[in-house]
Amino acid sequence: MSVGEQALSAGPDVPLSLRGPAPVRVVAGFGFWLFILSDIILFAVLFATYSVLSGSTAGGPTTAELFDKKHVFLETMCLLASSVTCGFGSLAVQRTDARAMYFWMGVTFLLGVTFLTLEGREFAGMVAAGAGPSHSAFLSAFFTLVGTHGLHVSLGLVWLLIMLLQVTTLGFQPMVGRRFFAFGLFWHALDIVWIGVFTIVYLGAR
Amino acid sequence: MDLQLQAQGAAPGVDARDRLGARSYLIGLAFAVPLTAASFWAATTSFVYAPAVPVLLAALAIAQMGVHVAFFLHISSAPDQTNNLLALAFGVFVTGLIVFGSMMIMAHLNHNMMSMDQLMQMQR
Repeated sequence: MSVGEQALSAGPDVPLSLRGPAPVRVVAGFGFWLFILSDIILFAVLFATYSVLSGSTAGGPTTAELFDKKHVFLETMCLLASSVTCGFGSLAVQRTDARAMYFWMGVTFLLGVTFLTLEGREFAGMVAAGAGPSHSAFLSAFFTLVGTHGLHVSLGLVWLLIMLLQVTTLGFQPMVGRRFFAFGLFWHALDIVWIGVFTIVYLGAR
Repeated sequence: MDLQLQAQGAAPGVDARDRLGARSYLIGLAFAVPLTAASFWAATTSFVYAPAVPVLLAALAIAQMGVHVAFFLHISSAPDQTNNLLALAFGVFVTGLIVFGSMMIMAHLNHNMMSMDQLMQMQR
């Protein structure tokens, strides 16, 4: 009997000190959860930088002049909807239902691409209007914070594509299930960071 | 497997709410959309006393983050979730220290170096 099997056979009446190690799924999930929290601390630093520098506009455009709230609302709804479809996709992975998984994860991917397109258009418009990251401390902080979030979303989409390929080639192995599970945590966490972005950066603008 | 999760603790995202299945995400959506809409409304309306708007926005954002953590990430206060919840509490603590600490230090710095302020303005 392997260590993993021993752990699986331990019931609730076995004392904590006598139980074996937790199953890989729990350990991997907890480890990834710690990574997400460290990632959130990275964002905390960028939020702090932005809050301190948001008034330093160097005579350039201010927060209130730059942001279009309707545009941001659309981005927010894309990300929120993608979080929900990602949840449905995760449930399909747990049921090992490939068709439902491809459908919901496909929708998640498209919503993520829509979000990035909207954000890219906003950035391009700002740079074209002379409000690029080099213009002021405020704009440097803005592009760093929002750009880092966008970069996370882009990497998440690459990860999602790789997961879809892994399901196609490897099937629903436990290993693939764990990775998909970690992806779900990552994607939901990015949506939580975006709540901070739209509240502090876009709605806090005045 | 359920017995196992009880005995060994659960990964984030795995708890009783998983038995709600898709409903968990739909409940989360039903809370998150009105909260988002309320945030955008609060930022544009003149109905709310203007100096109170930032506090209202902060309250709505924290509420929505709570909804996401509970219904999307499935973190709860269940006994088998203690590890996840403690890690989250520490993350929130460090985040608070960094954000509010930086803002407080920089505000004091600006206050104490008032004579430099105009120089700073020129450099901006």
